[in-house]
Amino acid sequence: MNEPDAALPSGASARANVESETSDADRRSLALTWADPPGWLGALAAINHKTIARRFIATTFASFLIAGLLALVMRLQLARPNNHVVGPDTYDALFTLHGTTMMFLFAVPVMQAVAGYLIPLMVGARSIAFPRMNAYAYWMFLFGCLTLYGAALLGAAPQAGWFSYVPLAGPNYGLGKGPDIWAQMITFTELSALLEAIVLITTILKMRAPGMSLNRMPLFAWATLVTQFMVIFAMPSIMLASTALILDRLVGTQFYNPSLGGDVLLWQHLFWFFGHPEVYLIFIPALGFISSILPTFARRPIFGYTAIVLALIATAFLAFGLWVHHMFATSIPTLGKSFFTAASVMIAVPSGIQIFCWVATLVTGRLNLKTPLLFVLAFFFILVIGGMTGIMLGAVPLDLQLHDTYFVVAHLHYVLLGGAVFPLFGAFYYWFPKVTGRLLDERLGRWQFWLFFIGFNVAFFPMHWLGLHGMPRRIWTYSSGMGWSGLNLLSSIGAATITLSILLFLVNIVRTHWRGEAAGCDPWGGATLEWRTASPPPPHNFDAIPVVHGRDPLWDAPRNPAYVSGLAADAREVLVTTALDAEPDMRPLFPQPSIWPFVSAVATTVLFIGSVFTPWAMVWGSVPVAVTLTAWFWPTRRQTAQALALERKP
Amino acid sequence: MSTGASAGEPRAPVYREPGGNAASRRSDKPPAPTPDTLDVRYLPSFGFGARSLMWWATAGLMLIEGSAFAIAVAIYFYLHDVNHAWPLNAPPPDWRWGTLNTVVLVLSMAPNELVKRAAQRLDRRASRLWLVVCLLFAVAFLVVRGFEFAALNVTWYANAYGSIVWFLLGLHTTHLITDTIDSAVLAALLYVGPLEGKRFVDVSENALYWYFVVLSWLPIYAVIYIAPRIHP
Repeated sequence: MNEPDAALPSGASARANVESETSDADRRSLALTWADPPGWLGALAAINHKTIARRFIATTFASFLIAGLLALVMRLQLARPNNHVVGPDTYDALFTLHGTTMMFLFAVPVMQAVAGYLIPLMVGARSIAFPRMNAYAYWMFLFGCLTLYGAALLGAAPQAGWFSYVPLAGPNYGLGKGPDIWAQMITFTELSALLEAIVLITTILKMRAPGMSLNRMPLFAWATLVTQFMVIFAMPSIMLASTALILDRLVGTQFYNPSLGGDVLLWQHLFWFFGHPEVYLIFIPALGFISSILPTFARRPIFGYTAIVLALIATAFLAFGLWVHHMFATSIPTLGKSFFTAASVMIAVPSGIQIFCWVATLVTGRLNLKTPLLFVLAFFFILVIGGMTGIMLGAVPLDLQLHDTYFVVAHLHYVLLGGAVFPLFGAFYYWFPKVTGRLLDERLGRWQFWLFFIGFNVAFFPMHWLGLHGMPRRIWTYSSGMGWSGLNLLSSIGAATITLSILLFLVNIVRTHWRGEAAGCDPWGGATLEWRTASPPPPHNFDAIPVVHGRDPLWDAPRNPAYVSGLAADAREVLVTTALDAEPDMRPLFPQPSIWPFVSAVATTVLFIGSVFTPWAMVWGSVPVAVTLTAWFWPTRRQTAQALALERKP
Repeated sequence: MSTGASAGEPRAPVYREPGGNAASRRSDKPPAPTPDTLDVRYLPSFGFGARSLMWWATAGLMLIEGSAFAIAVAIYFYLHDVNHAWPLNAPPPDWRWGTLNTVVLVLSMAPNELVKRAAQRLDRRASRLWLVVCLLFAVAFLVVRGFEFAALNVTWYANAYGSIVWFLLGLHTTHLITDTIDSAVLAALLYVGPLEGKRFVDVSENALYWYFVVLSWLPIYAVIYIAPRIHP
């Protein structure tokens, strides 16, 4: 492989100059064609995948900050025994909103949001597939966030925990509108996630640059592909479960009512059939981040590409056979528990394969120890601890002792922060220059990393002990005689340290905006296609679609043909390739920006919120939805004329 | 790799760039060969089946809805399993309207196939004609569906059995309604709208979705009408 930062010889750069001059007019034309319309109306009509993904990432990150602040209030409350910062009802709302936000409004959608930015660039495409649907999915997500928090501010915060168990959330105990709002928040976010899954799968399978056969696809694209298939199979379960819950509460169905043939464990089965794969919806994209970051900073191609891909797929399959391990403390048959214990332990095998491949990449590489790599290395440390406590909880006898204690809280934070948030921060540092054109400050980055790493362990490691000493989760306070005071105070100090670290991150972003170092196309010497184009990328992503001849297109020797030609510069033409071998197949015309996805999302929001109050909203609310969706679809004469001019029949 | 180049008139506008500055950015390799390009201007602008993006979106939608149907059926049998008697305090649904509707739905696959074939021939007149026939079938099965609900012999609020039966039938009816609206919009477009080739792909993939809605009914029919009559 190549030295990534070698200089261009004069001849080559001279030729490059000539070429860039000759295509300047085309480049301007392309940028004009693919840019979003100006003005605030244009902002609502925007469909460029980078615009949508930036908003999507910003929204999920705002959710992360809000949920983090809620956690800080909880840690403040628990810092001392018999504390009265908040009362029990507020505390219930705090942990419910914290968990719900972190899982449904941050961790799952942020991975899709990042993929929505990176995937078209990584596979060498001008656009994401179905750009208008992508915009609609974002608006639905945003309105879902606003619904949850708007209701909470109006006093209808859900209080039954992030998994909203019945009967606590059912019609007899879940008073007020909180549980209904929670259930509709699920409808919003899952609709958004399912549409994003279709958008991403189609982009990955049909819009790769010519020559990028499946076995040359970047590992992040593989991880995203696997994850989106999991979304498709897992999320219908929670949509049905929450619909049944809202029907029980609103129109008197009896799904979860044991006195009339219903069953409360049905909720747990449906929730965890989604909820366990959900952990992997968060974790697998993070594995993709790691597999992207490691080769760049180890300066060598990834070790064991095929093994990693197969391990990702195996993890996805096994993830659907684990849900009952969240229910070991219920009355399910012993044989079932043994089966799910075995399945839970088995997932260590594909995870282990990947870890060994990464270790091999690191050991045989020449390390470039920058902030993104630090976050990845922290992943190894934290996830191993989280994985080990996971194996402990996978054993039924121990789980019965530790169920609903702080040990579980410690475990899930080790897995989710170590498994996803640390790699996500690594990814932020890694791709930030691509998105903004400027590098985040390395020194502030290191400070942030160490504060985060230390703060995280100080906050969450003591929770293992608290759990072993019997402190149950979700209690709003405790008495001073329990012997939990010191460890709780320590944990709260850790939470404050994490807050400091996140503040430093925000400072770093703001500072970079004013005086960050310009990044250029490829600041790290990466191997994948997103580093070939400018930072930030132009509206059309690539001046010319690259042709791919190997797994690491920027490290491989250049070969002919190097680029695609023949796509219009003044029309939104894209290249569609075959699903397996990425051979050029069609050049369809993509849609123009449109206000209708936004208007449709507003109409759908009216339907969803209306149905919290009356079932008839399903009837009258669906009329505007049908009208706006039809208006969205209906082609204009001008667009049709342009399409006909470029049309070529199969 | 096929370039798709063949005889044909070049189109205007044509975008051509013989290689950006990134092409020759790796210096320690032997000098790059003169960049030549993969010309895609002669590729078709639309295509049917798995070639089209619309097929993939429809397939994804079918996977999602198929999972939803499968999970709803799983809920039915879960509730069946936790109860000693089934159906709970109710006679099984009257099978006649449901069976009639199954016949109507299965028959609607004939005009649906003709729509699909006409669309693939890019035949506007035949497409819209058979799409209208499909819509007549849609009116028929939606009306009969109303009678089906009335013949379930249980209310949705009576017990969990009633809830899941109404849920299954309601879930499938939602698909019938949305597919009917989709088809009506496409039929209207075929009569009055500005038309381009890729709209025939939309019509063809809509026919694929129609097949899904019809065929997914068969297992749901078995669950609603046959399962409560089997007493092991």
